[in-house]
Amino acid sequence: MNHHLVLRVVSKLLIPFILLFALYVQFHGDYGPGGGFQAGVLFASAFILYALIYGVDNAREVLPPKALRFLVPVGLIIYALTGFASIVMGGNYLDYDVLAHDPQHGQHLGILVIEFGVGTTVAAVMVTIFYAYAGRTRDVDDEDW
Amino acid sequence: MTGAGMITIVDIALLTMLCFTAIAIMVLRHLFAVAALTGAFSLLSAGLLVALDAVDVAFTEAAVGAGISTVLMLGTLALTQRREHRPPRFSLTALLVVIATGGALIYATSDMPAYGDPNAPALKHVVPFYIEGSQNDIGVPNIVTSILASYRGYDTLGEVAVIFTAGIGVMFLLGLRREDEDDEGATRRGPGRPPDAPKPGGTKS
Repeated sequence: MNHHLVLRVVSKLLIPFILLFALYVQFHGDYGPGGGFQAGVLFASAFILYALIYGVDNAREVLPPKALRFLVPVGLIIYALTGFASIVMGGNYLDYDVLAHDPQHGQHLGILVIEFGVGTTVAAVMVTIFYAYAGRTRDVDDEDW
Repeated sequence: MTGAGMITIVDIALLTMLCFTAIAIMVLRHLFAVAALTGAFSLLSAGLLVALDAVDVAFTEAAVGAGISTVLMLGTLALTQRREHRPPRFSLTALLVVIATGGALIYATSDMPAYGDPNAPALKHVVPFYIEGSQNDIGVPNIVTSILASYRGYDTLGEVAVIFTAGIGVMFLLGLRREDEDDEGATRRGPGRPPDAPKPGGTKS
């Protein structure tokens, strides 16, 4: 899409704000709408937008599939390990009360960590699926649509 | 005009547009337009969910339904054909099945509790416990988050595992193929390589 000047300029302007908004949704999920799932999808959509405008090959250099292969399980592991951490600290599995001195602080900490895990896995899986689909063809000419 | 009246108008407008979008999706043969309309359908559903005060669900619908699914559908289209060739035939059986199912669903809604009824069975079981406990036990203002992440932490762990499994499944089925071939320094489908040559560094699977 080399000749789409407007699209390229506008997406370049938008992508940082999409990423920032994703982080806001991620870490503000306890107070406003949103959470790990939505943030992960938003974060992935920034990369997908980049890939749509600048081509999948450039996107692969920004976010290499090797990194994705690493990130997909890491989010789930973060979530599961939070559960084991609460067992080690004397509670039940995924009982965040024991993670800090104050049960409420423990809950806040636990929710923040597991939401981060959710966001990581969701974002990585979404980009992975996109790469898997989009990476199988060369870029389609505008006329072919 | 009262707030409830406004909401009714918004609901009617959104539902009308949903109907027209659905009809257009059925009628159109150009799959590129159909994929774009499916995204519009999701966006309209997200609007309806906002009108129902379910912002978290609306958020997900807008991001996943309107955003990612549309992109994936377009990605699939790039791999297949852009036009639906065979026009669907009219089938009386299918029409009867659809009418019967729709009629049964509409009949069933008469047994549903009224919208926002606090005595609805679904709100009687554990919901009061969550609503009362969320502020003191968890201290998180967004009850949806406290249910999702803490009270129902096991379920959410399962959901993340499902997404993880989906990602792994796609990786196995479709693979991140081009990157692997780039590693090998070969072009796509490697036409220069003899067919019986051993795969260099074939560590996958």
